[in-house]
Parts: sequence; structure tokens; C-alpha cells
Amino acid sequence: MAKYLLLKHYRGAPAAVNDVPMDKWTPEEISAHMQYMSDFAARLEETGEFVDGQALAPEGAWVRYDGEGRPPVTDGPFAETKDLIAGWMVIDVDSYERAVELAGELSAAPGAGGKPIHEWLELRPFLTEPPTVTE
Amino acid sequence: MDEALLRSLTPNVLGILVRRGADFAAAEDAVQDALVEALRVWPADHPRDPKGWLVTVAWRKFLDATRSDTARRRREDLVDEEPAPGPARSVDDTLQLYFLCAHPSLTPSSAVALTLRAVGGLTTRQIAQAYLVPEATMAQRISRAKRTVNGVRFDQPGDVATVLRVLYLVFNEGYSGDVDLAAEAIRLTRQLAAGIDHPEVAGLLALMLLHHARRGTRTAPDGSLVPLAEQDRSRWDTKLIAEGVEILQAALARDRLGEFQAQAAIAALHADAQTAEETDWVQIVEWYDELVRLTDSPVVRLNRAVAVGEADGPRAGLAALAELDDSLPRHAAVAAYLHERDGDPVTAARLYAEAAQKAPNLAERDYLTRQAARLNARR
Repeated sequence: MAKYLLLKHYRGAPAAVNDVPMDKWTPEEISAHMQYMSDFAARLEETGEFVDGQALAPEGAWVRYDGEGRPPVTDGPFAETKDLIAGWMVIDVDSYERAVELAGELSAAPGAGGKPIHEWLELRPFLTEPPTVTE
Repeated sequence: MDEALLRSLTPNVLGILVRRGADFAAAEDAVQDALVEALRVWPADHPRDPKGWLVTVAWRKFLDATRSDTARRRREDLVDEEPAPGPARSVDDTLQLYFLCAHPSLTPSSAVALTLRAVGGLTTRQIAQAYLVPEATMAQRISRAKRTVNGVRFDQPGDVATVLRVLYLVFNEGYSGDVDLAAEAIRLTRQLAAGIDHPEVAGLLALMLLHHARRGTRTAPDGSLVPLAEQDRSRWDTKLIAEGVEILQAALARDRLGEFQAQAAIAALHADAQTAEETDWVQIVEWYDELVRLTDSPVVRLNRAVAVGEADGPRAGLAALAELDDSLPRHAAVAAYLHERDGDPVTAARLYAEAAQKAPNLAERDYLTRQAARLNARR
């Protein structure tokens, strides 16, 4: 049993095969895409593998501590930020192979022309609890 | 107290319902409903015969749930197919449940979830919390698992090895929720050992007890890992160790060695050493040789290299390590340790930092990072 994060990028991932931005799709193509995503999540819940899924707004800010008694400093958004996360899904699966299989399915979500986007998704394992038996 | 009693009765009550002809999935739901009702009713009105009460209530819940026409038809079909009632001893029923919940058609995570619910009597919510997944996901995982094994005949003998793997997983990969999974794994293994005479069941129980005895000393108050050599051995639980050693010795005397007995033997040798320096590494290496023979596992060979390093010196350990694939998990950590012992802190620091990058969990990563930092600060 292992948890994995599937990261979807607005920017920063290698180019998808069907690389047409969403604002150039037809409304029906957008609906089909959204439906695919929610069906995918529902199917994972049925298989007992779904943990979490969230989407993020593209625009955010950078925040940092600015010393005792001072408010945090905010900056940005920076248009030049190379890596921009669009959202994630967390899955709990029996193997790395299963995680890859599911990421592949998610990457097949339809885009322009109703064809799979073949989008690159980032797959990251969670750090776990340490095992009990160590020697 | 009631909860412990209820959970110890769970597999037996479930077994009785299945023997009466209820299909496994429906019976399991009915028993869960009965457990919930017991928790509500018993504090005010404790039955004289708790098991009888549970059987009666669970059976009624089962009948209620199968009232609809289609369900009734299914139930009647099942009752028709019911084999002639054999000698329905409660121990057999419980054993069959273990086999069913660890059935080879289930994935490991499904087998774990089903075992904790059907044999352990935990609620779906407790299991979901223990494994950090939403309750709805865990509910689906369990009901799929039940559907998968629903057609399996309840009177077929199962494979003890699959059951042991599931219990080992519960023990070894326990997350921390309000349920103590390690303690639960021990309880379920004890219950199994009481029902079946098998040296590997005893071996696994001994292994769990010997590791559980050290649990309080494995982490510092701040949550950081304390390696075996630095643990406060005066705080090891001597009662658990004595019990584990006794169970292990009885199992080894039967001369049917298996991997859990061999692992337990290694744990027992550690438990036996008053100080880390007194550890009998030569014997530990011998047990690792047995384990390599039994499992042929590269992870075991890696641990063996550590033991060889202690028994015959770090050069010998590094030589043993050189025969292994360096992409193995924890390979860099072992190499770092052996290089430091060999008087090469520069290589050791580099390898500790590399090992930290690859660590599969946060506690290990922090530990390895500290080791690298300690060596780098010395220069």
C-alpha cells in the first residue's frame, strides 16, 4: 500500500501530444474533459484507491517571513515562474506499477477534437511511516 | 472493555452466520450492525451470554437486510446450497475467516482491510483513519473485497502463508491512528496461533512480540529515530521478550524452519544482548544465511552485509555489499555506515546525504541527514 501524488501542471511539464490550450476547445470538448476527470475520480473511489483530488487557481502569491513584529511580505505572481501546478490527485495503491497505470489513464483525458491530450503528469511517492521491523 | 470483548467474539459470530447459510458479505454487514447495537445497548444492559446475544441480533439484522424479494430469493438459493452442517467448532470458523480474508484473489491492501474488519471487528471508519484514506474509499475497498471472496467456499482449507503475510503487513506498515495496528496485529496473530498448530505462526508471533518489546525506545520524544545500537535497553519490555523467546524456542524445536522463525531468531539475539557491544553478531550472520537460503531476498542480503560488517569488520561488510545491486532501497545507507566504521568519514558523509535523498520515509530521511551533517561538521 503506497500513496502517490499525481501532479498536473499548467506550466513546466513537457509538451503534451495534443497540445491545444483549453480556451481553444469547443464548450462540448471542455464538458467532455471535465466529465472524464470526475468519472475517473469516481471510479477510483469504487476501487478503493481514491484519497484526494483538488484543483488550484493559476494565480497565487509568494509569501515570506519578514522578521519579528512585521507582517509577512507578499510578492508576485511572477509571470516567469516556470513550474505552475494546476491540481493534484492522491491515490492509495498496491504498487508503483498500478500508480503508473492510473496516471496513464488520467493523461488520456480528452482535449481538442475529443482526442486524448497525452498530457505529462508528475508522479511522486509519499514518504511513509517507518516500518516496524528494521533488521 | 466491552469493545475488546466484542472484537474477540466478532470472527466467531460471523463464522456462525456463514455456516447458517448467510453469504459472507451480507453476514459481515449484519455482524457490524450487531456490534454497533451492542456498543449502544450493553453499557446499560449487559447480556449474560454476550456471544449468544450477538448471534441472535446479527442473524436478525441479516434477515432484516435480506427482506426484499430479490435478496430473499438469493438467500433461499444459498440456503439450498448449504452443505450439511459439520462439526461447527468455533476455532474452525475463526480459522476459515482468516483464510477467506487473506484469499490469494485479493490484493494486499484489500486483504488487510477485510481482515481488520471481518476478523478484527474494527469499523470502516477506524480502518480508514488508520490508513489515512477517506472513509468512502475504505468502504468501497472492503465491499469490493467481500464481493471478490463471496464465491469462495467457506469449508475449503486455505494457505497459512498468505494469512501470515497479511498479518505481517498490518504489523510492519502500521500508520498511527486511534487504533494501534501493531497491537491489533499481535492480537490477531495470538488468536490465530491459538487455533492452528504451525511453527511459522508461532515464529511470526514471536517476531512481533520481540519487536514490540522495543517499541518505546525506537523513537526519541521529538519523534526522531533511535537506531538499535543507541536504544535504552533497560526500557525494553522484558516480559514481552521472555514470551517471544519462549514461543520461538518451542517453534524452533519442531525443526521446520521458516522465514518468520529465522527473523524472530535474529530479533531474539538482539533482545538477548545487555549492551549493543555484547550482540552475538556471528550467530546473527548465521541466521541471515538461513534467511537468504529461505527467501533469496536482496533486502535480506543487504541486512546480512550489515551483520557481516559487525561480525568480521567493515571491510568484510563492504565486500558483502559489493555483490549487491546498488539500486536496492537503503543500499547507500548501509554503505555509508560501513564506510564510517572503516574510517572514511568523507565517503560516509556523501553516501549518507545520498541515502537521505532516497529514504522512503520522513523519520529515516531526517536520521540520515543528521548523520551526514554530523560527519560534515567534524571536518
